[in-house]
Amino acid sequence: MARKKSPAGGKKKKEEFVPRIVVFACNWCSYAGADSAGVNRIQYSPHFRVIRTMCSGRVHPGFVLRAFEMGADGVLVSGCHIGDCHYIFGNERAVENYEKMKALVRTLGLEEGRIGLEWVSAAEGPRWGQVIDEFVERVRRLGPSPVGR
Amino acid sequence: MTAPDNSSSQEPKDGEELRIGVFVCRCGTNIAGFLDTETVREYAQTLPGVVFAKENLFTCSEAGVSEIKRGIEENRLNRVVVAACTPRTHEPLFRATCEEAGLNPFLFEFVNIREQCSWVHKSARDSATNKAKDLVRMGVARAALLEAQTEIRSPVVASALIIGGGIAGLSAALSLAKRGFEVKLVEKKEEMGGMLRFLGRIYPADVDAREIVSARIEEAANHPNIEIFTSTQVSDLRGYIGNYTATLRGPEDRSEGITVGVIIVATGIRALVPEGLYGYDGRRVVTQIQFEQELRKGGDLPHQVVFIQCVGSRNRERVYCSRICCMTAVRQALMLKEKTPSAGVHILYRDLQCYGVEFEELLRKAKKVGVRFVAFREENPPVVDDGSVTVISDVLGSELTVPADRVVLSTALLPDESGAATSKLLKVPVDADGFFLEAHVKLRPLDFATEGIFVCGACRWPCTVSESIAQALGAAGRASVYLAAGEVAVEPIVAVLFDEDKCRGCGLCASLCPYSAIEMVETDSGTKARMISVACKGCGVCASTCYRRVIRMEHYSDEQMQAQISACLKGS
Ligand SMILES: Cc1cc2nc3c(=O)[nH]c(=O)nc-3n(C[C@H](O)[C@H](O)[C@H](O)COP(=O)(O)OP(=O)(O)OC[C@H]3O[C@@H](n4cnc5c(N)ncnc54)[C@H](O)[C@@H]3O)c2cc1C
Ligand code: FES
Repeated sequence: MARKKSPAGGKKKKEEFVPRIVVFACNWCSYAGADSAGVNRIQYSPHFRVIRTMCSGRVHPGFVLRAFEMGADGVLVSGCHIGDCHYIFGNERAVENYEKMKALVRTLGLEEGRIGLEWVSAAEGPRWGQVIDEFVERVRRLGPSPVGR
Repeated sequence: MTAPDNSSSQEPKDGEELRIGVFVCRCGTNIAGFLDTETVREYAQTLPGVVFAKENLFTCSEAGVSEIKRGIEENRLNRVVVAACTPRTHEPLFRATCEEAGLNPFLFEFVNIREQCSWVHKSARDSATNKAKDLVRMGVARAALLEAQTEIRSPVVASALIIGGGIAGLSAALSLAKRGFEVKLVEKKEEMGGMLRFLGRIYPADVDAREIVSARIEEAANHPNIEIFTSTQVSDLRGYIGNYTATLRGPEDRSEGITVGVIIVATGIRALVPEGLYGYDGRRVVTQIQFEQELRKGGDLPHQVVFIQCVGSRNRERVYCSRICCMTAVRQALMLKEKTPSAGVHILYRDLQCYGVEFEELLRKAKKVGVRFVAFREENPPVVDDGSVTVISDVLGSELTVPADRVVLSTALLPDESGAATSKLLKVPVDADGFFLEAHVKLRPLDFATEGIFVCGACRWPCTVSESIAQALGAAGRASVYLAAGEVAVEPIVAVLFDEDKCRGCGLCASLCPYSAIEMVETDSGTKARMISVACKGCGVCASTCYRRVIRMEHYSDEQMQAQISACLKGS
């Protein structure tokens, strides 16, 4: 991912900072919601990369650790709305794992805002775009992560 | 917590040389119009393990598919990456293409650069091109670690368990038995027949409810393929599709174990007992079921009858409409008018639910013979007095007092009390009102999400007899797909315990598995988890919670996921 850090550690010219964001999206709702955004030609920020998982409950906190260690500025986990998980209650496990992820982020000395958990259904194309835009903006404001390279 | 780094390994596990082919789809102008596909292709060519990269005008076209096949054959590709549209629609096609060219379909990886790139970043060509390059790099990194997988097959016992002996359960049982499958039909009451045992002549066909159901009970009792268990409930259930073991608890607490391949849930409905509502006393103020007995007995029928609709339903506690009570009220009113044409009948309602051609006809008929309909509002409910009912008509806006020597309460219909227990036992969901919830309201209306378990009749939602029977026949049809096949095939995206020695037997994975696909077993070296592959759906919850990290998700392993994460952030 192309990254432009200003010489002054991203402080002076924050507008140039392009965050590096990993998004985990479950196959059945959020990934399908992102597809639906595409079909409807919703236009939103390109500054994130999606990794497809079968369920949001699959995302091991270790994956998030890996991402931050590798220099991610933000990590978003997205699944089906509670009650709608393709695997009945896999997303409830995602909620529990999210608590562990937050603890991890704190241990790394990072702001909690760098990690997010969102529910986007297969029908919510516009919402997917909005969720991404808001998360990108949130991480942009936090600036580059000091962890990793 | 540690994150082992396996992402640098670009060698397939068995040591063969990696030969990845990347196909970049232009999708006409859908992709190529908004990002530079040739740049993406050139970039793919430079990635580790990639020996071949090609652009296609339309990868999914006949020409595109044969280009993949030729690519595989001419370049001895052992991994294929397609960067095109969404895997949710075209993955099966490209997997099949690989298979036809002699490559295991699980050595294929899909990268989405249309729905999630070109179509949504139309005015950012450079960013979109960079993003596509990143996504291809991530896909190639994952492809390098993909492993061949084979479908998992498991036998299906040619026998069905049906829970509930109402019209739905009976119809499903007969349908399956006639196809030659064995059926175990379990009814918790002493007598079979369900709600129809308490009804008289039912509409729209004007037939005797007990006749319909008795004929079916007799047929089932005499059918060699059907075994009936009355006064019995399922007390324990283990296993998975094709091979369930149920414990039945019958009279005097006698227990019996049975083995079945599939299960149909048909536990039906009950009517709310309107204690404390509208002066309900079971004599002058009665329920529809009680009035049904009066109509059935004949004899002296009351002369002035008032029906009150939506009793205990469509309120804060129970927001749903019970759907068939309006039709029942209209039917009972008509039956009364047939017997005593001079009888005065009022139906006090909030909204009338009379769907379908036959019931609309019924409604017109009732209006024609002089049944009066008065609408009221929820905030102004009727008031029942001695010998009369007073209601504020929503249409007239004024108070109206009508004579009543009988008040019939059309009460809410509720799922059977055993619903929560059944839901827990079978691990199938119920909705907020306690009715069973199908896998998909449109696409899989009679299946539960758990394969091998089906639902029919009023336990899904209050419905008519013909709807119950239609659903029962449908559920039997669905069940027989599995019974007739004799085996189930499962996508090999399943959990595997790859290092049993490290498993400490904590049982967390087993308790969290939504499908009971993990058992805890005693071994010589202590308690260990055991994965039941045929029951596994591949959600990965167990793998994400195992603190020993000894559970691998086939096709979505930690290594494969982490390779994608690393490739994403490594930079171009
Ligand atoms: C007052 C009234 C009038 C009606 N009039 C009409 C009409 O005119 N026309 C029409 O088409 N429909 C009518 N209906 C609807 C009709 O009764 C239903 O469509 C029908 O009974 C549904 O059949 P079922 O088999 O799904 O459920 P049910 O008839 O409720 O049968 C379910 C059976 O399962 C058993 N059971 C429940 N839980 C368990 C368990 N855990 N283990 C074992 N057994 C269990 C129950 O004991 C019961 O025997 C009326 C309903 C009511 C209440
Ligand atoms: S499948 Fe979407 S969160 Fe579980």
